[in-house]
Amino acid sequence: MYLADRSAPAPEGAKTAPDRGPVRAPAVASTVLALGAVSMITDISSEMVTAVLPLYLIAGLGLSPLGFGALDGVYNGVSALVQLTGGHLADRVRNHKLIAGIGYGLSALCKPLLLFAHSLGPISVILTLERTGKGLRTAPRDALISLSTPPELQGRAFGVHRAMDTTGALLGPLAAFLILSLTVDGYDAVFGVSACVAVLGVVVLMLFVPSGVDPVPTPPAASAKAASAKATPAKAVAAKATPAKATAATARDADRPAPVRLRDALGLLRLPRLRNLAICAVLLGLTTVSDAFVYLLLQRRTGIGDQWFPLMPLGTAAVFLLLAVPAGALADRIGRRTVFLTGHALLLAGYALLLWAPAWPALPFLVLALHGMFYAATDGVLPAAVAATVPGELRATGMALVGTGQALARFGCSLAFGAAWTLWGTGPALAAAAAGLLCCAAVAGFVLRPSAPQDTR
Amino acid sequence: MTLSPSRRLLVLAVAVLLLGGLAATLVLRSASRDDKPSAGGPTVTAGTVTLDRPGSLTFLNGGQGPHRGALASVPADAPDSERTASELDCRRFYAAAGTGVCLRSTPGALAQDNTALIVDSELRTLRSFPLAGTPSRARVSPSGRFAAWTVFVSGESYGAAFFSTRTAIVDTRTWKLEANLEEFAIDMDGRQHRAQDVNFWGVTFSKDDDTFYATVSTGGETHLVKGSISGRSVKTLAKNVECPSLSPDETRIAYKKRVRAGASLWREHVMDLGTLREHALAEKRSVDDQAAWLDDRTLAYGLPTDGAADSTDLWTVQADGGGAPRLLAPGASSPALLR
Repeated sequence: MYLADRSAPAPEGAKTAPDRGPVRAPAVASTVLALGAVSMITDISSEMVTAVLPLYLIAGLGLSPLGFGALDGVYNGVSALVQLTGGHLADRVRNHKLIAGIGYGLSALCKPLLLFAHSLGPISVILTLERTGKGLRTAPRDALISLSTPPELQGRAFGVHRAMDTTGALLGPLAAFLILSLTVDGYDAVFGVSACVAVLGVVVLMLFVPSGVDPVPTPPAASAKAASAKATPAKAVAAKATPAKATAATARDADRPAPVRLRDALGLLRLPRLRNLAICAVLLGLTTVSDAFVYLLLQRRTGIGDQWFPLMPLGTAAVFLLLAVPAGALADRIGRRTVFLTGHALLLAGYALLLWAPAWPALPFLVLALHGMFYAATDGVLPAAVAATVPGELRATGMALVGTGQALARFGCSLAFGAAWTLWGTGPALAAAAAGLLCCAAVAGFVLRPSAPQDTR
Repeated sequence: MTLSPSRRLLVLAVAVLLLGGLAATLVLRSASRDDKPSAGGPTVTAGTVTLDRPGSLTFLNGGQGPHRGALASVPADAPDSERTASELDCRRFYAAAGTGVCLRSTPGALAQDNTALIVDSELRTLRSFPLAGTPSRARVSPSGRFAAWTVFVSGESYGAAFFSTRTAIVDTRTWKLEANLEEFAIDMDGRQHRAQDVNFWGVTFSKDDDTFYATVSTGGETHLVKGSISGRSVKTLAKNVECPSLSPDETRIAYKKRVRAGASLWREHVMDLGTLREHALAEKRSVDDQAAWLDDRTLAYGLPTDGAADSTDLWTVQADGGGAPRLLAPGASSPALLR
């Protein structure tokens, strides 16, 4: 893959940071590895449940498709909106680890509860709580990753994290099916083991992830203040307000010794660089067709056998896993904007193949490869870019703002795409999405242009 | 946490041991369940089950112990008697006139491996069809000629807004497969309905080997449709009807009706196909199953076992709305009365 080749001059563990000359920095901070391990373990746990849940509910309990479908739609808003809350809370209590830990803990608690619920109502409640946990932890976790990594290595750090995370997502179903094959209808064993694995994730988080707002990579103006924030609580408060003034908040906020407020969070949107990123994330999210639709379209387009359908997401994940680190490193080297936009170009190429390519035998592999490359080039690169625009004290809030915007936009896209599919049929709906994506990518290319204020690089 | 690195590793090791031990115990306990029938449960013995013996009730045995998940049969007039278990394991099963359809789900290497098996009266596999998702509903036409199945297709994690089913009908005489009923023309209230959000599930067949009834969902509503296999078309009859089941005399359908908008709460109803008038049955619990008619007066359906996850019991109730639900067979699912 060309991404790997391009990053070859800077192999793993290189002591050279681009543009800064030689520095003594490890390839990836230990905090990032610890968080990656936590995510990997937690994803093993949650994907174990995900893999067996349809079978448990539909074949085991006899739920009708609509019953399960009703479950399926419950959590869309939940995770996105909770993410904003989690991000803001983490900045507010100035303890990202605490909020992330509560999120991981809540999800862990939910897994054994599944053993005791066997009708749709309680199961919906449990799964909603599980998603709430996921929403709570996402922004503080990404903030911790970015705060423990120097600015020029953010892309690689997020790439490592996403690769570890996806490894967990791939291992989870394997573990679940292994348990099912060893046991007799061992759903209880799957849920129980999943809970044990989730608890282990929380233990690793508690033991190996530092909690504080680490001052290392905050923008130069804020970093000195942030460093002093660690020294005394009183100064911390002052330091808290200063970057807000430096960035966007009004003078009266700066003079009042106050914790992070909601208005600081909104004030973040007045940061041009963050606002531009948020706008682009939303625009591109609005034209990113959800994975499930891509797999359905791919199956309709190629007529590949039904038995391969459940394997399609694994194809995307495998490519994502292989390329997340090289893509992140490449982003650090040649610019996050370039890689982020290239990712969307790859997605666009995937749409084009789905629309116009002849029925090559290789078509499914090509589309899944492009889909995975899209994730590799965007999923970690976007938070890396966000990290460079938000002061450390509001890092989790900034992550959450962009993350929530993107999630809601993607949800909107799902609804709109479903409607377009109904009105116009498959081909025109995808063509419309592709046209939309092209326009939004062009706008993003312009908004994020190098002359405009954006990365610190 | 202010522990030294070696202390941290020690705590981690202890946690891994404790959690690993607990996880191993859970797996071992669940693996040994195979050998131990639960006390007071139904007795099951291995034997020969055939699908052409009128007066037998077949179902999937769900009792703890050996033969869990196996197709079993009992005399219909003595459902409490010892169960004869076959070697056929299914998630969902139905049979009529010597033809059976068995939806099977086995753990594969990377994903669940789902298959529909068409079996003859000796339970020998005639054909198998790969499935795109989790087995949900299965039916065979009264003559044994047609078989239908529905699977739930999940493309991704449960966090995504995504809901899709596939319903297929196969002709066991010609092996012509209608792999996706969504390709059938839909006449909705007299107009041709074309939409991509259409989902079919829960087929039930008439004796004429052409007419069938099913659920169609589109635009957030569920419809009862009457279809023709040869005509490759369906026509809507009524709204808010799910998982229909045609009575042996073909005058009524039993189905589940959503009783509160938006809530996952269903009550079993019976509708007269002549007048489209409906009445609720005496069963007050939420039934999420495709019921089976034992005769023209009695319906059988599965309900989650009280206090036990992953197990269902079979219940019966009068089709006229009178009487009270009665337990037919504990630890059982997918009932079919052989005629």
